[in-house]
Amino acid sequence: MNADATPILELDDAAKSYGAVQALRHGNIALRPGEVRALVGENGAGKSTVVKLLGGVVRTDGGRMLVDGAAVDFHSPTDARDAGIAVIYQEPTLFPDLSVAENVVMGGHPLGALHRIDRGKMHDEVQALLDRLGVRLDADRPVRGLSIADQQIVEIAKALSFDARVLIMDEPTAALSGPEVERLFGVVRTLRDRGAAVLFISHRLEEVFALCDTVTIMRDGEVVHDARTSDLTPGEVVRRMVGRELSALFPKEETEIGGPVLTVHRLTREGVFTDIGFEVRAGEIVALAGLVGAGRSEVARAIFGIDRADAGHVEVDGVRLPGHRPLAAMRAGIGFVPEDRRQQGLVMELSIARNATLTRMGALSRGGIIRSRAERRLARDWASRLQLKFHRLDDPVGFLSGGNQQKVVLAKWLATEPKVLIVDEPTRGIDVGTKAEVHRLLSELAGRGVAVLMISSELPEVLGMADRVLVMHEGRLTGELSRAEADEEAVMRAATGQIEEAAA
Amino acid sequence: MTADAASPPPQVAGAEARRLADWVFRVRELGIVAAFALLMLVTAIIEPRFVTADSLRNLALNAAIFAILAAGQTLVIITRNVDLSVGSVLGLAAFMAGDLLSSHQSLPIPIVILLGMLLGAACGALNGVLVTFGQVPALVVTLGTLYAFRGVAFLWTNGRQVNAETLPDAFLNLGTGSILGIPTLALIALVVVVVVGQALRDFRSGRELYAIGSNPEGARLAGVRSERRVFAAFLLSGALAGLAGVLFTARFGTVDATAGASYELTVISATVVGGVAIFGGTGSVYGAALGALLLQTITSSLIVLKVDAFWQEAAIGALLLVAIAFDRLVGLRLDARLRRRSVRRAG
Repeated sequence: MNADATPILELDDAAKSYGAVQALRHGNIALRPGEVRALVGENGAGKSTVVKLLGGVVRTDGGRMLVDGAAVDFHSPTDARDAGIAVIYQEPTLFPDLSVAENVVMGGHPLGALHRIDRGKMHDEVQALLDRLGVRLDADRPVRGLSIADQQIVEIAKALSFDARVLIMDEPTAALSGPEVERLFGVVRTLRDRGAAVLFISHRLEEVFALCDTVTIMRDGEVVHDARTSDLTPGEVVRRMVGRELSALFPKEETEIGGPVLTVHRLTREGVFTDIGFEVRAGEIVALAGLVGAGRSEVARAIFGIDRADAGHVEVDGVRLPGHRPLAAMRAGIGFVPEDRRQQGLVMELSIARNATLTRMGALSRGGIIRSRAERRLARDWASRLQLKFHRLDDPVGFLSGGNQQKVVLAKWLATEPKVLIVDEPTRGIDVGTKAEVHRLLSELAGRGVAVLMISSELPEVLGMADRVLVMHEGRLTGELSRAEADEEAVMRAATGQIEEAAA
Repeated sequence: MTADAASPPPQVAGAEARRLADWVFRVRELGIVAAFALLMLVTAIIEPRFVTADSLRNLALNAAIFAILAAGQTLVIITRNVDLSVGSVLGLAAFMAGDLLSSHQSLPIPIVILLGMLLGAACGALNGVLVTFGQVPALVVTLGTLYAFRGVAFLWTNGRQVNAETLPDAFLNLGTGSILGIPTLALIALVVVVVVGQALRDFRSGRELYAIGSNPEGARLAGVRSERRVFAAFLLSGALAGLAGVLFTARFGTVDATAGASYELTVISATVVGGVAIFGGTGSVYGAALGALLLQTITSSLIVLKVDAFWQEAAIGALLLVAIAFDRLVGLRLDARLRRRSVRRAG
């Protein structure tokens, strides 16, 4: 690493605004050869804007972008790619109908005679890349049907498929397991040692400190700090990110636990999960833990009636729900905050107000016509209760940062006054500050007697929030731990299937 | 980027999923072939005259023009767009070819074909510009140009009609003649289908069309020049419709302003029946061409069997619904199977 080397890619006092929202001011960041730089900040701090500028997705309103010290202007992602910049975006950018190999090489297929695609070479190159990432994935299978973790691997392979001088990774590890993260880091370090510049964005500070040489901290659309990682502590980083000290990340309230509200009885969906039975009581937060792909989200979907269960049933307050009927589940008082808020939780093009009141359309309408004043009143009420940061209620919900989007999803369900709230990865991709707010909210809900079922891959969240922890492994419940029994080791043992017999 | 001979390649677990997907793909095209064979067989048993050389020749001639249109349509539909204007473009090119040859008997046929394709390409370019740079949905753009091009055809013909008697024999022979016993038109269609089919399969630009239809935003982020590709798809669809127009004149001899009216619906039906997903990303030109052949065969066989014209249309509608239902069902099954494998692997 050489702090004096000319940066391969640099933003100099860059600015960008979307409509009236200034997303980036005084954006200064320099990516030098042989250096891994972290970019951290709360959601909405402007990290994604920086990524989009560097990747040629959007153009700067002011300031300069430099490649090897010379000013450039990227008109499209193609220009960025031609400059040797590879980007792993947060949003999935895969082609479900095409094979893994084609997804990886798209835009740069290896060519043979007469400019025809050399399929053999394409297959070999991609398979080699996948092997190097240490994943068992067939390069010729279609991407459709891949788990989120595997899709993420394909995204990574895509970015590594051409000899990038700059690699930008926007939360590449969110869906990956420990060994996969290690493999990725190995590849990143190899790239760095070859003289590439890497920009790494993550909410997991331990990863930042494990991988990165330098760190750029952003807050409210501005770069507030730029330093060597070795000169900082995680606490300092968090303080500079949020501009304040975070007292309690997991504000769990002690609550009085009532009778069972949600009872799941021997639920089975073939090939996905088997014989799942548990109950959640009023005022209780039950965490469903396990590795990615263990079938937790699928159980949640089946409880809410999105997917059909092959056997078993669900009861709310002792009344059996008809299977495969989300509307019936809603009427019975279940709310469901899905894992993928962009695709399933929100209608991205609709306004904040419309999204927040989607579940209440029946109550808001008279004679089939929605009264927009009542709609806005309800939306404003929830926006202030959840401390939503927004510009106008009529803005598309897609304008909001991830954390604020999640608040809108929560508002949508809280407006139905649910008896049971199922939350799937409630804080994935959400900044530290909003995370604490979501946790406080869930805790408050439990305090008011709502039965909360929380799926989470983050152990600290599981251990900090849950009254009881259920652990799944390969589609089966392999552990049930009380708050007192639950620690990192016990949960991981059950999640990796090491105590299957004991739990059965 | 392929160096680092790391650990030996681990046991590949997705091979089964790939085979499954491959199999479904093949089943889709084999299904059409099977339906085609069954239809031929049943019709031949009831009415043996259906399989005489003459009748088969007619079938091939009729299917040829639709197969060419379907090849162009496939290019567009794969990108998650649609070209409704092909019937009108065909009409324009057909009349132009007839008009030109009536007044200039000695005009070389390749020149006429080239002019027809250029006219079609110009129409396609207009569609392409409006869709890509104008950012107007293809459905609306090509619905508009469907009427506009037809209107131009009416203005141009001004009530006139081109008749076979005024056309040079060499040109008419193109439409009715054969080489080694195979109708020339069918051969031309075959060449078009194979060239376009292989281009989609083997060239970067072809694969990028699939990527655009599969995930438009993803294609843009992957550095695919989407506007250029979509524009090219419309351009080619237009050019092929122009070619089909010239061949239409050679085949039928008589052309007026209504030539090719409502062909667009038949072509899109053929394409969808042939397994090209209307939302883009999947399907092949071969499937679409087979779809055109099947549709044409149904029409011909129902005529031979003296079935009411109403039932002919109903039968095509039913086939379309069956094809869509089949695709949906197989798609769901495939998703479920892939999902199960994926879960087992991840667990």
